[in-house]
Amino acid sequence: MAWMAWTWPTAAFFASIVLALTAMTLAEMRWPTAERQGWLPLSTTRGDRFFISLLGSAFIHVLWLAATDLPVAGAGLLSLGYAAVVMTRG
Amino acid sequence: MRNDKAWLAVLPVVIVVAFTAIVPLMTVVNYSVQDIFDVDTRIFVGLDWYRETLRDPRFIDALLRQVLFSGLVLAIEVPLGIWIARAVPREGPATAAFLIVLAIPLLIPWNVVGTIWQIFARPDIGLLGAAVTAIGLSYNYTGSALDAWITLLLMDVWHWTSLVALLAFAGLASIPRACYQAAELDGANAWQVFRYVELPRLRAVLTIAVMLRLMDSLMIYTEPFVLTGGGPGNSTTFLSQYLTTMAVGQFDLGPAAAFSVLYFLLILLLCWLFYTSVMKGGADDR
Repeated sequence: MAWMAWTWPTAAFFASIVLALTAMTLAEMRWPTAERQGWLPLSTTRGDRFFISLLGSAFIHVLWLAATDLPVAGAGLLSLGYAAVVMTRG
Repeated sequence: MRNDKAWLAVLPVVIVVAFTAIVPLMTVVNYSVQDIFDVDTRIFVGLDWYRETLRDPRFIDALLRQVLFSGLVLAIEVPLGIWIARAVPREGPATAAFLIVLAIPLLIPWNVVGTIWQIFARPDIGLLGAAVTAIGLSYNYTGSALDAWITLLLMDVWHWTSLVALLAFAGLASIPRACYQAAELDGANAWQVFRYVELPRLRAVLTIAVMLRLMDSLMIYTEPFVLTGGGPGNSTTFLSQYLTTMAVGQFDLGPAAAFSVLYFLLILLLCWLFYTSVMKGGADDR
């Protein structure tokens, strides 16, 4: 695995993605999703909203890094808030 | 009773995708947060390479060029491909001949296409370049950025419009004759037949065609590299060429990895936005 040049932060990042996907799978088995329309301009399933949360969070970080020198934890907090809004009301 | 054993059939694909896409992508992410000297000598730098890349004027210029190129390519190739597909006879001996002619550009390797156009567009000996020069127009794709862009667009249109045309033709051929007869009885004109009979039934194949062209044009490398080498100046240097220079030419693996992740996110976002809008439009039509 050395050739993959692992670091602790990236390992934690990917582990959290895997955990989130596992949780989504278990949630789907326990409470099957139904399409619904929230404030997003399209009908979405739980998986769609998860994908939109991840993609949106990635771009929040990109814009943060492009625009400011403030600690990136700010982008992380912003992303968590965004993901919570998308998952619950999107 | 549900039979979950069917999921086992998907397992080979999951394994192949994991080893050809997911593991390499994870490695690139790992590289993007480090300054890599060799396998054993690397320094964690956090998100510095991302910050540096996002503020690099050459990256921003290449990104804008890339988006402009993809937009122009789609704006030309999709309508032209549909128009060609509608002009091809649906039946008869000429159909096969048309389809074979349309398929020929798709069979030519990308670097050969670049070489063909490099010679074809030369103002001294190339058929296109010499003809344009002969009618009194100033044309030199190695010296003028505008000429280089026009030549690149012409080359891409020549190479890839056939793909859109063939897919659109397949979609048109699947429309039942009864739909046309009903439109004729209703007195529909040619535009109305296209708008209300053909276009809704072409949505699926056109979505595939546009997605393929969008992804491919965003990743274009070989043809501009062979034709213009990214010049004159940097006027035709797209993201892929800048990335290659960084990764292979300068061996800056950390910054190149951060660049790759940003490039991947851009393509993912554009394809998702486009796919979602097309599918949503389809649902609205129904």
